[in-house]
Amino acid sequence: MHRNLQKIKEKAIEKALFLSAFFSVFITLGIVGVLIFETFEFFKEVSVFDFLTDTQWTPLFAEKHFGIMTLFAGTLLTTVIAMSVSLPVGLISAIYLSEYASKKIRIAIKPALEILAAVPTVVYGYFALLFVTPLLQKVIPELSGFNSLSSGIVMGIMIIPIISSLSEDALHSVPMSLREGSMALGSTKFQTSIKVILPAALSGVAASFILGISRAIGETMIVAIAAGQQPRLTLNPLVPVETITAYIVQVSLGDTPTGTLEYKTIFAAGMSLFVVTFGLNMISYFLKKRFREVYE
Amino acid sequence: MDTKLRNRLYDKSFYIVGLFATLFGLIVLLTLLIDITIDGFSRLGWQFLTSYPSRKPEAAGVLSAWVGTVWVAAMTVVVAFPLGVSAATYLEEYSKKNWLREFIEINISNLSAVPSIIYGLLGLQLFVRGLNMDRSVIAGAMTLAILVLPLIIISTREAIRAIPTTIREASYALGATKWQTIRNQILPAAMPTILTGTILAISRAIGEASPLITIGALTYVAFLPTSPISLEFPYISLKGLFDPFSVLPIQIFNWVSRPQKGFWIDAAAGIMVLLIIVFFMNGIATYLRYRYEKRMRW
Amino acid sequence: MVTTDTAFRIERLNIFYGEKRALKEVNFNIPAKAVTAVIGPSGCGKSTFIRCLNRMNDLIPVFRLEGKIEYDGMDIYSKEVDVIDIRRQIGMVFQKPNPFPKSIYENVAYGVRIQGFNKKESLDNAVETSLKKAALWDEVKDRIHESAFSLSGGQQQRLCIARALAVEPKVILFDEPCSALDPIATAKIEDLITELKKDYTVVIVTHNMQQAARVSEYTGFFMMGELIEFDNTQKIFTAPSNKMTEDYITGRFG
Repeated sequence: MHRNLQKIKEKAIEKALFLSAFFSVFITLGIVGVLIFETFEFFKEVSVFDFLTDTQWTPLFAEKHFGIMTLFAGTLLTTVIAMSVSLPVGLISAIYLSEYASKKIRIAIKPALEILAAVPTVVYGYFALLFVTPLLQKVIPELSGFNSLSSGIVMGIMIIPIISSLSEDALHSVPMSLREGSMALGSTKFQTSIKVILPAALSGVAASFILGISRAIGETMIVAIAAGQQPRLTLNPLVPVETITAYIVQVSLGDTPTGTLEYKTIFAAGMSLFVVTFGLNMISYFLKKRFREVYE
Repeated sequence: MDTKLRNRLYDKSFYIVGLFATLFGLIVLLTLLIDITIDGFSRLGWQFLTSYPSRKPEAAGVLSAWVGTVWVAAMTVVVAFPLGVSAATYLEEYSKKNWLREFIEINISNLSAVPSIIYGLLGLQLFVRGLNMDRSVIAGAMTLAILVLPLIIISTREAIRAIPTTIREASYALGATKWQTIRNQILPAAMPTILTGTILAISRAIGEASPLITIGALTYVAFLPTSPISLEFPYISLKGLFDPFSVLPIQIFNWVSRPQKGFWIDAAAGIMVLLIIVFFMNGIATYLRYRYEKRMRW
Repeated sequence: MVTTDTAFRIERLNIFYGEKRALKEVNFNIPAKAVTAVIGPSGCGKSTFIRCLNRMNDLIPVFRLEGKIEYDGMDIYSKEVDVIDIRRQIGMVFQKPNPFPKSIYENVAYGVRIQGFNKKESLDNAVETSLKKAALWDEVKDRIHESAFSLSGGQQQRLCIARALAVEPKVILFDEPCSALDPIATAKIEDLITELKKDYTVVIVTHNMQQAARVSEYTGFFMMGELIEFDNTQKIFTAPSNKMTEDYITGRFG
């Protein structure tokens, strides 16, 4: 081929590839744009003050209230329950895999944990509603059929692999010399892990927790199936609640006409969700980056 | 008890606690699989796979749901794979280490953690309303393609990074241009790993329900998208892309949400179908990675 | 001293990696159709030097060059020159055999293909000729479509030589081509290099002084980024004019 023609082709390809890479920026702009636009429309009809301070969320009823706090309470509740399962289990498992387990065990277990992460969330939803809730009802008879407890627990189990795998990466990349130094002073493996390795890997481990929290907040199907659709401002894990995500699903399933206030509420709810998870993701990103800069 | 003994006890017991914590998820998974199999096995069969949903639980099936899943998954690959591989190639092979690359990187990392339902809101406004695609296969596929794009970019970058510099040098030393080197050497050598990442991304897309619910995919579909192959001229038709659809996770969600127990059996059987597809894809991905690692010795 | 034609004319060559200076004021001429060896202790800049000759260093972002390298009367770092042309004329064989993860045939055919020749006949021809020149044809002719990784290390390195020859270069650069090979494979490569100098200009970087003595007509000795001495190989190894060269040759350091 003629070299000049080839050079033009090379340049054109580079430009095309650049556009593909830059496309991801357009996606973010698209998300932010759509959310801001519709949220803005929403706030033309509902005051920001009411949105943030009202204690009821009833956009689908005759007497409308738009207290996002109510949905946040549901999200907070399920997230706290999920994290109280996934955080200790995930962290202990990460320490075990990084510091205790033989290479053989690690190689055997890691792909199995990946399977856990591959199960679609609608499956976990089924499990929470039709297995975990009936099981818990045997112990806690007053537990209602839809509740934040079982959906939170199952969500926590779903998040374990995220926390254990990312934390393990962080623990594993702590230099061997630190371990040797601690062991040489006569520390046991347990002491070394808790007092030396974990603090050294803290920002990496924290990044995995925050990513886990962000995941829990954004999780949709488990809570839509098993936590119920009754927005209420409560910290009681035994009664039905509604999360932000479950509300969006609820509205989407109905026949809400475009342009109505109900339609706009899902964008306002989505905007709240995006702002919170975006903030958490950014914190996680920079924690991870700082960790890498220290050890890699 | 003296301190030394206590420390040793802690140390030993952590072996057991740690192993249990690690196996905990797997025990739950096993329980889940057994529970679902017990619930749904009786319904699973040829009739279940070849029937449309129905008002009678015993007569209901997943035909429209699995066909919809295949359509959407296929279109998702068609859109996301070239775009993702191109973006990753640019970031690994062309871009210089500067603020723009950092910006794109942060952006992709952030997108990969955005809740999937948010993508549904974007798809709803952009594809369903903005581009007037309505609740069609193509609108669903575009939404899921955007959802899995960051995953494909991230795994493709890792795959490209794993190709040793010596391969690049060998190609350049023969007078190859940058693109020739990428197209003929780097991408083919990285392809098994790229495919592994892509299959995992698509299997994630297959399990997604919430973004498709948000864009308004139907929960009760008693027909199939227009077949892509027909016996009459011009034999190939893309009309199906613009037909309404449902997918397996949505069908399952619909059945779980019903109060009648009979539909829960349908849901369990539907989950079995979904899990078989997802696990099968994960199996292929793992196998590809394993075979590739064995074959390559740089 | 130099009686043959000159292939490379190197004038006041200075190389920087960021702030660090890797080569200092290097001046000498590399003769055509002969083997020139470049020796010196590790880190002396000999690899940096040979990678300048076909602009492989362009791939390193912090690389910077001052001075001039002329090949065949043309400044290879001038703006008008196309780096692709340079590399097609000046081939290279690397330290570790680095075949592409493809068949033996495709490895050799690649360089021809990327120039736009795709006819099966001409490809077959180029593959056979190049493999013969690299003394590999007889060993692989029955399994030419098998993976290049099925070959031994020495065979892989000869495959890399065949791959370089297929592009029909005028110069071949060898960057420590035998450092990963056993003595028998090394001997085969050395025979090959001796054979190649009839038609090609050869530059070889080596840390093995016996190898330099065995294969080359001319030798340049580098130390700490400077060219200490350049002369006939025989003279360098029997009567070096510089004390440092002598110390190195006699094994007092490095």
